[in-house]
Amino acid sequence: MAFISVRDLTLEFTKYDEEGRAESSNKALDTISLDIEKGSFTAVVGMNGSGKSTLAKCLNGLLLPTEGSVNVDGMDTSDDSHIWDIRSKVGMVFQNPDNQIVSSIVEDDVAFGPENLGIEPAEICRRVDDALRKVGMYEKKDKPAHMLSGGQKQRIAIAGAVAMRPDCIIFDEPTAMLDPSGRGKVMEIIKELNAEGITCILITHFMEEAAESDRIIALKDGRIASDSSPIDLFSDARLIEELGLELPPAIELRERLGMDKCVSNIEDMADEIRGRAQQGRNSFSE
Amino acid sequence: MIRDITLGQYYPGNSVIHRLDARTKIIATLLYIVVLFMVKNFWGFLIAAAFMFAIIEFSRVPVRFIFRGLTAVFLIIAFTFVINLFMVDGRVLWEWKFLSITYEGVSRAFFMAVRLVLLIIGSSLMTLTTKPIELTDGLEKLLKPFSKIGLPSHEIALMMTIALRFIPTLMEETDKIIKAQQARGADFESGNLLYRAKALIPILIPLFINSFRIAQDLALAMEARCYHGGSGRTRMNEIKFHRGDVIAALLMAVFTGIIVLSRSL
Repeated sequence: MAFISVRDLTLEFTKYDEEGRAESSNKALDTISLDIEKGSFTAVVGMNGSGKSTLAKCLNGLLLPTEGSVNVDGMDTSDDSHIWDIRSKVGMVFQNPDNQIVSSIVEDDVAFGPENLGIEPAEICRRVDDALRKVGMYEKKDKPAHMLSGGQKQRIAIAGAVAMRPDCIIFDEPTAMLDPSGRGKVMEIIKELNAEGITCILITHFMEEAAESDRIIALKDGRIASDSSPIDLFSDARLIEELGLELPPAIELRERLGMDKCVSNIEDMADEIRGRAQQGRNSFSE
Repeated sequence: MIRDITLGQYYPGNSVIHRLDARTKIIATLLYIVVLFMVKNFWGFLIAAAFMFAIIEFSRVPVRFIFRGLTAVFLIIAFTFVINLFMVDGRVLWEWKFLSITYEGVSRAFFMAVRLVLLIIGSSLMTLTTKPIELTDGLEKLLKPFSKIGLPSHEIALMMTIALRFIPTLMEETDKIIKAQQARGADFESGNLLYRAKALIPILIPLFINSFRIAQDLALAMEARCYHGGSGRTRMNEIKFHRGDVIAALLMAVFTGIIVLSRSL
């Protein structure tokens, strides 16, 4: 069985009028089924209001399905007795770096999760140091969190999730409020964590970030509109338009160069172009 | 700028006093305040003041920092002094229409002023030498026994921690709202007091709404990190009593004894 398995997940938000009667309801998610394998790196994309964040919150039981089920490592999120096990296995990093830091001091904040799990103090210290080293913030461990930049705060939030030693981390638009350098650093950390075996689910508006994943799930109006590898998704220019997305710069360039459809990120692209240039030079000198 | 504001009035350092357990400092401060009210004559205050200055010396906090705390409450001290000066009956020293100053009044006024000054120095010394986060931790531990009778000690401490954490965030938020309003022509600097107070409403309402939004975000983030109340929770830095705390307790006991003896002088 897959690490996370979602079956016919439907989530309805009901609006109530002033007397508490149900006025209207709105399906934020509509019969979604998907499996996420251990160690994979999945990106979730879609326009505002397409249900990306709602889906993310269903995966660790912050929201419970109206219909259907979500299973994490064989545990149902609707089952109250497993909820803390599920949340310790599936960590989450949110969009706003300021609003998810609980404690004034960096290391105290990173320790918040492990403290909630009831881990021994010595082990917490080890985990906190370890997590801070992973995100490159160890030197700032005794600094006040509010003095850090947005990108640094977001790295602290990631360390807070990492310190709980989860199997999976969901990143809910972690770079949306960051400047380009902070964004690059956060993406780097996500890729490193994935390389170490942590299952990563990245919700994002930036297509160049989505292009780094193994698999992109595109949502539209609460339904899965496309579920494929980045290469396949970005090859379908019409679908991209339909979903209200845009091509990442590398793909745009590829299209304009008329190259074949086997590359989707900048590095592969550069290799390809370098290779071709080399080829061109060789044939010229012959 | 607003980002550089300090939390509370902690004076960073690594003196003997700084290293004491927060619980020791909280209890010692409370005891010191109680002792101040047991003092009966000026000899007692002399001892209490000497004791206080010895602690200040050990804490290595510059004296001007300590007196800065006094300026804020100067009005209260002056008010107490004046009230006592005129209100106590006894041997009259000076009289003018309905006002009279008595010998007992002067003595009582000085008495109260010295008591207040020592009281404020004592409590500000505690906040100057203890990190806010240690204070809340210490308070949580001290209140723990009362949780049996329904006092939510963990929740109180967590509320204080979060409040301290979000002071700078809310300050930034306020700054942003003020600038946004000013950019649209709002005027916060002219007009009379009533007018200026009214001008604050467009700042307070968005700030109020934003703080609810922040609280919601934070609650979600805390739940995602498995927060489920104080039960079954451990702490990274368990606070422990050390030898210094024992010595401090002994010194406090001796000090209290001396003050009690001084009452009969």
